[in-house]
Amino acid sequence: MASTQTTEKTSNFTSKDLVSDQDIRWCPGCGDYSILKQVQKVLPELGLKKENIVFVSGIGCSSRFPYYMNTYGMHTIHGRAASIATGLKVSRPELSVWVVTGDGDSLSIGGNHFIHTLRKNPNLNILLFNNEIYGLTKGQFSPTSPEGKVTKSSPMGSVEHPFNPLALALGADATFVARSMDRDPKHLQAMIRRSAEHKGTSLLEIYQNCNVFNDGAFFEFTDRATKTDRALFLEHGKPLTFGAENRKGIRLRDGCQPEIVDLEKGGLSESDLWIHDEKDSLKAGLLARLPENAGNGQGEFPSAFGVFYAIERYCLEEAVNAQIKKARERMGDGELDALIRGDHVWEIK
Amino acid sequence: MSKEKIQFKTNVVIRFAGDSGDGIQLTGTQFTTSTALAGNDLATYPDYPAEIRAPAGTIAGVSGFQLHFGSDEVHTSGDYSDVLVVMNAAALKANLSHLKKGGIIIANEDGFDEKNLRLAKYPEGENPIRDDSLEEYQVHIVPVTKLTRECLKDTGLGVRDMDRSKNMFVLGLLYYMYNRSMDPTIQFLESKFAKKPEVAEANVKAMKAGYSFADTTEIQHGRFEVKAAPMVKGTYRSIMGNQATAFGLIAASRRANLPIYYATYPITPASDILHELSRHKNFGVVTVQAEDEISAVASAIGASFGGSLAVTASAGPGISLKTEAISLATIYEIPLVVCDIQRAGPSTGLPTKMEQADLMQAIYGRPGEAPLPVVAATSPADCFDAVFEACRIALEFMTPVFFLSDGYLANGAEPWRFPSSSDLKEIRVGFATEADKENGVYHPYKRDERLVRKWARPGTPGLEHRIGGLEKEDVTGNVSYDPDNHETMVKIRQQKVDNIADHIPLQELDSGPEKGELLVIGWGSTYGTIKAALKQLREEGVDVAHAHLRYLNPFPKNLGELIKNYDRILVPEVNNGQLVRLLRDQFLAPAIPYNKIKGQPFAVAEIKNRIWELLNR
Ligand SMILES: Cc1ncc(C[n+]2csc(CCOP(=O)(O)OP(=O)(O)O)c2C)c(N)n1
Ligand code: SF4
Ligand SMILES: [Mg+2]
Repeated sequence: MASTQTTEKTSNFTSKDLVSDQDIRWCPGCGDYSILKQVQKVLPELGLKKENIVFVSGIGCSSRFPYYMNTYGMHTIHGRAASIATGLKVSRPELSVWVVTGDGDSLSIGGNHFIHTLRKNPNLNILLFNNEIYGLTKGQFSPTSPEGKVTKSSPMGSVEHPFNPLALALGADATFVARSMDRDPKHLQAMIRRSAEHKGTSLLEIYQNCNVFNDGAFFEFTDRATKTDRALFLEHGKPLTFGAENRKGIRLRDGCQPEIVDLEKGGLSESDLWIHDEKDSLKAGLLARLPENAGNGQGEFPSAFGVFYAIERYCLEEAVNAQIKKARERMGDGELDALIRGDHVWEIK
Repeated sequence: MSKEKIQFKTNVVIRFAGDSGDGIQLTGTQFTTSTALAGNDLATYPDYPAEIRAPAGTIAGVSGFQLHFGSDEVHTSGDYSDVLVVMNAAALKANLSHLKKGGIIIANEDGFDEKNLRLAKYPEGENPIRDDSLEEYQVHIVPVTKLTRECLKDTGLGVRDMDRSKNMFVLGLLYYMYNRSMDPTIQFLESKFAKKPEVAEANVKAMKAGYSFADTTEIQHGRFEVKAAPMVKGTYRSIMGNQATAFGLIAASRRANLPIYYATYPITPASDILHELSRHKNFGVVTVQAEDEISAVASAIGASFGGSLAVTASAGPGISLKTEAISLATIYEIPLVVCDIQRAGPSTGLPTKMEQADLMQAIYGRPGEAPLPVVAATSPADCFDAVFEACRIALEFMTPVFFLSDGYLANGAEPWRFPSSSDLKEIRVGFATEADKENGVYHPYKRDERLVRKWARPGTPGLEHRIGGLEKEDVTGNVSYDPDNHETMVKIRQQKVDNIADHIPLQELDSGPEKGELLVIGWGSTYGTIKAALKQLREEGVDVAHAHLRYLNPFPKNLGELIKNYDRILVPEVNNGQLVRLLRDQFLAPAIPYNKIKGQPFAVAEIKNRIWELLNR
């Protein structure tokens, strides 16, 4: 796939040029800072013109993002960023349009636009900052908070079953689904790059620490003691391995039942494992739900990070503009006077 | 060859009624086209049921289409009909009250069988076309279904298909009665069914059979002739409101030299604008059928930021969903045209019936202080000019604008002396460029003397800026929580909208004396009815003034002065009194409401009676 090859491209700006003159108002220590930094790091590598970049956000802590980027930007209303970005992209296909959104913004109030945008597949890059909490409104549970989560609005624990954002996106026929985290800058940069290169809507879920209202929700994936067992990094064409020195692997029993295996014991080698294929929608679905599998005596299943799924499908704006072109070919460029006149007229003398 | 004498008439109102599956709307629009081509002035009023196919034969399923045409000026679709064409018993029951005493009823005999009578809930054993209950009318009983099947029996079509042509039989019959040419309908059928010539042929055959049937028989009262109306010289076509709205949008896009981005979610009675626009993609029109109204307006806002003429449309329930996004456009100060094709509410209300009850929603229905201009159309053809004007104001003043139409205008038709594109106003759009920077800095909320800011499109180097829903600092547009700044900005946004009064025409009287006892002020689709009522009153010796408002926010600058010239103001509205409150609020005017809230337009007689009453005569 040509679009995945990272070629050095020239841009008319540097990371520094992307820093706006506005004071950043996120809480000190918030994971949003890292994401901002990685985006500012990667953008100049993409061969874009600064004036063609637009950041569109909804409402939430995360959605303050555009104010801190010295590009064109729209801070909009709660949940609607994806739709606003779609209108912009369809009308101006040459722009590089980014959506910055939160778990509440995209999966609660904006759930409808989220799924419909994915199915329509305009060429947008969605950065979904998932902190499993409502940050801006000061700490209520969100649609991604785990069952039983104790928050201000759920003192006895949340009674709701959460969304699995990537499974939801796959169910909505997304063409690009990936996950990264604020506390792994290198991986996050790579995923931002992949998202940008994907033609179509790319959904990048970013685990983001809200150190005020949900501190440590994702530390298991970055803490020294736990990270190798809890996080599995995906690479296309490579086997699924994790654990200390990658000595654990995941195998698919009967082709669809994930199983953790110990590569030291039982004479198994990497070729017996599940080989990651970004174009396999069924396996992407299994990956999205990997941690939900009951362990098979080898400990808990890890969560996957990386590109789960990436396929090509036509983009909305291409189809829309192709129809306009076709209509012009068929009927000629519209003539206003002929349109207004219509087929039946009469004279009054 | 006809033996009967032709009677001349100045005005005729025909109402077609039948099951919603009977093709009533098609029959009505075809008769309208032929009538328009014959040079009559006319106005139409389709009256559909809310259900697409309510159980056949029931009152709930009755669909109506009223056409008023004349050799004199026609301003309304007519209070009562002269001729009522009914395809079944339910149609008669539902519409008899709209027929003038002594009027003509043409009834499809086959629609009055036992089953139809039962479905229409006539008492057991009663049949209105057999007993003497219709004594006061001239009743013509025609076995339409039977005759249609008879004439199509050799076509090889099945009975159900044959029955689909019975509306064409009736149309042919009326074409004979009113001496109209069948040619436009023949052309229409041939092009509509180009891929199914057998269907086109059957329909034409049925129509011709109806025509000959009327000629050779049985329809005893002869033929009528309605001469061409003495209209202003020029070239005319027939146009429906939603179609005029679509054309007006395209015209504005051409004058502004911007592509249209039209995003909506289907809803009666606005959907036909989408249907019409989506047929004209060769004008560079982007039409979007979004997943809901919120997404529709949101995507339009995105397209507006990108530099398109962005338009969204709905009826009241959908407009309310768009509210938050419209308030965003207000604080952004970007162009957006919001078309509200009103229908009877609240909630789903009477979804296929007209009402003017969204005026307050348009003017005030947003969170916070979010003023915006409101423009209303007065007739089907006027939708063209009014929506064009809405676009002009939105683009030239960087603001969302409401365009108000309603179900009566949307589906109504009238002859239109259409403009040439060169007659249309210019729409000046100036995008910001690098030259707008000051000392290397671009200030997105810097304003000109009208308080209008510039439109800076992404893709323009050096103008990178952020806009948002948070209050912004004057001039720089940076987020600001400063209390004084917020008050300043609220006042500026208000003043900007108020200033538009300097750029719209002064209010003129439509008719009547410049000073006097009574001024009737209307807005929107009541125009024709008020005009016709006052004309009749004038003929009866009472001269009352009429002003009809196109600009509802801001009002024309002279409206307050104009109102002072009259002792009293009467404000007829198809709502529970909305404009009347605005007039009282802004001008402390002695305005008297006159309201009808039945999902139907006013009748001319109703307006006249209310005026007689007010004048104590
Ligand atoms: C229409 C509307 N409803 C509610 C709110 C209040 N509100 C603002 S942000 C937010 C939740 C944000 O959560 P999330 O999207 O997860 O963003 P985070 O702050 O966690 O980054 C809510 C409920 C609003 N601004 N607008
Ligand atoms: S509340 Fe949480 S998410 Fe919001 S800025 Fe503070 S730390 Fe970040
Ligand atoms: Mg959140």
